[in-house]
Amino acid sequence: MTTPASPAVRARRLVLHLVSVAVGALIVVPILFGVLGGFKDNGQLSTNPLGWPDPWVTENYTGILASEVFWRQLGNSLLIAVTGTVIVVGSAAMAAFVLARYAFRGRELIVTLFAIGLMFPFAVAILPLFVLLRGMGLLDNPLGVILPQAAFGLPVTIIILRQFFRTIPGEVEEAAILDGCGPFGFFWRVLLPMARPALATVSVLAVVTSWNNFMLPLVVFTDQSWWTLPVGVQAFQGQYADDTARVLAYVVLSMLPALGFYAVAERQLVGGLAGSVKG
Amino acid sequence: MTRPPTMSGTRDGVVTGASTPEPGAARPRGRRFRAGRAGTLAVFLAPALVLFLLLVVAPIVVASYASMYKWNGFGLPENFVGLDNYTRAFRDPTFLGDLWRGLVLIVLSLLVQLPVALGLAMLLNQPLKGRSVYRLIFFAPYVLSEVTTAVLFTLVFSPNRGLGDGLTRLLGADAGTIFADPDTVLLAVFLVVSWKYFGFYMILYLAGRQSIPKELHEAATVDGAGAWESFRHVTLPLLGPTIRISVFLSVIGTIQLFDMVWVLTGGGPIHASETMAVTMYQYGFRRFEVGYASAISIVMFLLSLVFALFYQRIIMRRDTEGALTNQGANG
Repeated sequence: MTTPASPAVRARRLVLHLVSVAVGALIVVPILFGVLGGFKDNGQLSTNPLGWPDPWVTENYTGILASEVFWRQLGNSLLIAVTGTVIVVGSAAMAAFVLARYAFRGRELIVTLFAIGLMFPFAVAILPLFVLLRGMGLLDNPLGVILPQAAFGLPVTIIILRQFFRTIPGEVEEAAILDGCGPFGFFWRVLLPMARPALATVSVLAVVTSWNNFMLPLVVFTDQSWWTLPVGVQAFQGQYADDTARVLAYVVLSMLPALGFYAVAERQLVGGLAGSVKG
Repeated sequence: MTRPPTMSGTRDGVVTGASTPEPGAARPRGRRFRAGRAGTLAVFLAPALVLFLLLVVAPIVVASYASMYKWNGFGLPENFVGLDNYTRAFRDPTFLGDLWRGLVLIVLSLLVQLPVALGLAMLLNQPLKGRSVYRLIFFAPYVLSEVTTAVLFTLVFSPNRGLGDGLTRLLGADAGTIFADPDTVLLAVFLVVSWKYFGFYMILYLAGRQSIPKELHEAATVDGAGAWESFRHVTLPLLGPTIRISVFLSVIGTIQLFDMVWVLTGGGPIHASETMAVTMYQYGFRRFEVGYASAISIVMFLLSLVFALFYQRIIMRRDTEGALTNQGANG
């Protein structure tokens, strides 16, 4: 806004701002209701659902933060997200490497297979997956969530990474081979470091997907001590159905890690989504 | 199409075996046994392929097998019933209702959610102070899980203590029952889904919009096109591929909608918000009619697959061919 704007332009800008603020309010107000509601007691919520807390009640939040259950669910979510991301990105990077840089019989078939995997609805597989995991003794075992989740994350991860690996010029590979790199050395010491931005993008996508997964941990974990945050939040709501303020506090606290992660990784996430769809 | 690797030069095999130049493929060089190359391929492909075949492909094969049995999920399926589970599904009012509700949700998304997202993307493409903050806020719900979103909104609309109730009390109305009324519940679910996902589509459109070269809009302006004409004849056609992909994602996403509905309403009241995935879960994990639930899974899968194949063949073909889309839309 360096040049002085004409009245027409200013009026237009004002309208744009008004629309943006209105939409922003639709997003923010429910969240704000949750945050403030957590600072009320149920009496206040009934008589004064819209206003500021008066007085501010902190027991809802402090009670949850002092409980072991919340932290354990947070830890479970974290463990599953991190391990699953390492597995999906690691195995996808290896596959994408040979699918991008080697010509061999059956390559296109494998690529097509993964591409079709993009449209397998998770819900389709959940029932036989459950039977399968029960057979393998992986119920109430974090691997029962981590491995299927990684498997379902493979298609999109492989497709993004393969595209990126193809852009690395052949001369780089030739130079590496001349320097005595085998395929493993090239992959590990040259390709992966060069692909750091793409790896960051797919990792962020994998973490978000894992963090938000609900159906799989819901059916795999009957043992409460393995519950992840989404399962925990839903159970908490069932358990404290009459204690709205407390449930609001639990929801708000469970949203914080996701929002914090978003604040840090916004660029990777947005770039990754936009790029993966355009690609 | 598979292309057999042609081993030009040495018979002992090569590091990268293509004789036709591949992007990024090194020239064939010898001194490595063929088994070494095959071994390399196997080692690199094995983890992904094993995971994928075992945990994605196999379950779908198992589901299609189980769908032809009356089976409670324990032991091996023995009671073969052929296609009975499928005919049962297509006579089941709940399942037929699922199909109808899915269609309603898809139509609502295409007519409301995506156009709103497109409009906001165009808005945020303008020079506007603070637009990065707006963008950050609009997209934020996408990172929240469907479960936390759903729990938050059940409380927002909870009778007596909710935000919706508080607001409508001011107006003398009653919004506390929006999820309890069979006439409004599906719309309410749609609104919450839109709240969470419109920012995702907005980001897609924004990225698509920003990849359109500036010169095209400048040329349109020089030719005397107003903002609307410029949007109608330049932006919209060039955004074609992005819009078509967003429609694809939206339809596929709606077919498998589960978390949000399960937590918001459980499919109720009286099935008024039930989706195929919820019905499948009810039969599979609550009533242990695993055979019947598998048949519903397979119908979901086939619907997705048929839609995807049809869509990619007919509608997205132009994009994959790399043609400039909607050529001649100017007439």
